[in-house]
Amino acid sequence: MKNINFLVAGVGGQGTILASDIMAETGMLIGYDVKKTDVLGLAIRGGSVISHIRWGEKVDAPMSMRGKVDYLLAFEPIEALRQITFLNKESTVVFNEYKIPPVTVSNGLSIYPSDDVIEKTLKDSAKKICSINATNKAVEAGSVKAMNVMMLGALSLFLDINTEIWEKAIKKFVPERFKELNLKVFHVGREIMEKKENFV
Amino acid sequence: MKEILSGNEAFARGAYEAGIQVVTGYPGTPSSEIIKTIGELYTKDIYTEWSTNEKVAMDAAAGAAYSGRRSMVTTKQVGMNVLSDSLLYAVYTGAEAGLVVVTADDPGLFSSQNEQDNRWYARLAKIPTLEPQDSQEAKDFVVKGIEISEKFDTPVLIRSVMRVSHSKTIVKLSERSEISKKVDKFPRNIPKYNCTAMYAKKMHAKVEKRILDIQEWLETSNLNKIEWRDTKIGIITSGVVHTYVRDVFPNASILKLGMINPIPKKLIKDFALKVDKLIIIEELDPVLEEQIKALGIAVHGKDIFSPCYELLPDRMKEFATKAGLLKTEKSPENKYGELLKNLPVRSPVFCPGCPHRSSFYVMNKLKVPVAGDIGCYNLGSMPPFNAQHTMGSMGASIGVLHGISLAKISENAVCTIGDSTFFHSGIPPLINMVHNGGRGVVVIMDNSSTAMTGHQDNPGIGWSVTRDRKAKKIEIEPLVRAMGVEKVVTVNAFNVKEVKEGFEECLKFNGVAVLITKGECIFVSRNPKPAFTVNTEKCIACHECFKVGCPAVVMDIVKNEKNGKFKAKIDPTLCNGCSVCSQVCPTGAIEATRPGKESLAE
Repeated sequence: MKNINFLVAGVGGQGTILASDIMAETGMLIGYDVKKTDVLGLAIRGGSVISHIRWGEKVDAPMSMRGKVDYLLAFEPIEALRQITFLNKESTVVFNEYKIPPVTVSNGLSIYPSDDVIEKTLKDSAKKICSINATNKAVEAGSVKAMNVMMLGALSLFLDINTEIWEKAIKKFVPERFKELNLKVFHVGREIMEKKENFV
Repeated sequence: MKEILSGNEAFARGAYEAGIQVVTGYPGTPSSEIIKTIGELYTKDIYTEWSTNEKVAMDAAAGAAYSGRRSMVTTKQVGMNVLSDSLLYAVYTGAEAGLVVVTADDPGLFSSQNEQDNRWYARLAKIPTLEPQDSQEAKDFVVKGIEISEKFDTPVLIRSVMRVSHSKTIVKLSERSEISKKVDKFPRNIPKYNCTAMYAKKMHAKVEKRILDIQEWLETSNLNKIEWRDTKIGIITSGVVHTYVRDVFPNASILKLGMINPIPKKLIKDFALKVDKLIIIEELDPVLEEQIKALGIAVHGKDIFSPCYELLPDRMKEFATKAGLLKTEKSPENKYGELLKNLPVRSPVFCPGCPHRSSFYVMNKLKVPVAGDIGCYNLGSMPPFNAQHTMGSMGASIGVLHGISLAKISENAVCTIGDSTFFHSGIPPLINMVHNGGRGVVVIMDNSSTAMTGHQDNPGIGWSVTRDRKAKKIEIEPLVRAMGVEKVVTVNAFNVKEVKEGFEECLKFNGVAVLITKGECIFVSRNPKPAFTVNTEKCIACHECFKVGCPAVVMDIVKNEKNGKFKAKIDPTLCNGCSVCSQVCPTGAIEATRPGKESLAE
């Protein structure tokens, strides 16, 4: 059996690692061997954060090779762009439309790419591209912190896994007082994705 | 029972299962979560603490092991330089109970000042060393390490790397094994535990014999495993690199070493005889390669694979293909290379609400030379601050500042050091500076946290990771005064004016001045204030607020027609309301959304 390879990309503070923990747990709950790797430490101070997650009968290296990622879940548009070399013509990309320009942009040291460039590049690099403004929707639902779990809800639509398994994994990782909110936003994310008529 | 654990969580679990009773260490990425996990899950059975530095941690663990308690020390790779002074005597003495040291190296320099390969310490100290490839082995090797330690009366080193410590894999859990030997009195065994030269001479001979004994035992242990496949290529490897080798060379025969010091010479010779071409694949230095070459075996290694950075599967494949070990595959053309190169870099920055921001804004304005140290504040070396001009090792800033003052250059310099780093290794150099009459400003950035490594406690904080969470708080200001510093100024780190005046006052002082900038790390205080907002009418697009380098202060789409520049705006989902940007705004355009709420600046 072929491994299923995921890559989660975000900005420090967005809960990238928590989301990838939930994905790893979900994989184990459905019976896969699971490995994940991410970058912590200094790298979390508002820097780019990525997590690789791999599910399979037996997983060796914890990270995927370039061109081998099946699903890219990105919490910020240019964080999705940064990872396109991991994609292939069968990959699916789900990204959060909410932009967080790095301080290098306000300092005039770099330019944030236009929406057209972002869309075209992603479309060209994968099979399916879809996006939601999960940050705004999470704020509406009660907390910006729940954006990551809303994005998991969006991703879950592409994987044939019972939502109860996702819920079990979410409950294991989010603090008690935020459980209800996170379970809610998971379904909000999933429903928004369901209603999206055209995937690119 | 199965669980997904990070390597560090697995080391902690290993300590529990191995019957370890004392665990000490100093925080350092990528090792910090071992003690964090013990603090959260196992304090009923294990005493754990954050010691002031790695040497202290090693001494304490040695003392506990001398007293019959199984002990463990954790460190990051550069912490080993501090710890090694004490490790080397512990290798001479051995102990009454198992003693394990875990070093987490950082190939790829994700959060370190160098890429040193701590396997050299294994050879230098002549200490048996295990290298796990994943979380299962991380846990198992602590248990095995204690076993070896007690069998051969030696400390055991376990070498992890970031990709083991911070990756997560599935682990089968077991029960805790209790220590069988009960010791109630400290052993008065001077020839064993006192490294006076007359005794140490005998100890050295013992160490040499011991490593040979371990080597003999190792040949038949199950720590090293051969996987026979095609014999055209045979690969010797260890640790997490083994998992990469499996993905890159699915058909090669592999000798995977679980113990990397000493090495199983006979097993290696046998393996070499049965393969056509022998390749050593190891990250960083040719530690195995040089030893295997010394056995008279022809091998490839660093002639193919770089000694720099991680050897992740993609990179390993590139080197192997270049050397003709793998067939060249047609790689898809990368037409977005240019776009990727020009994407805005997202470097780490001071968090919104960080107490360090104001000091670096001020130091940038004052244009003073800054000797830096290790901690979040090293982010002050990045734009827009560009104000930490050196950084080398823990506590180095104060010694370097002293050296700058000895050089008698025309400028008066400052140095920056955090509270935890000050306790770790800043006290001896400050005493040295005062005693020897240096001049300069030592800025102790007291954010009540060992922040960069994950907000651990330190001696300046009144709580700890220990079971009862209690700890005696040591105040920095009286400590510094007691060291003979005559000029000590303490300011509120969130008040830009106070910080600026503090710097000016200290820079004027002809001698050693200490400026303590006090302000809690936003992760410690967990006390964000309501977000600020930019009054677009008042904003003149001067971009002064961008000079505080805050990710919450971003460019608006509205322009000031006069200078053609975009105005500022604040992302309310990121702002923690520290008010530093509003204090530097010349037109008062950055306003509190809920005025009257208590401010961090007061």
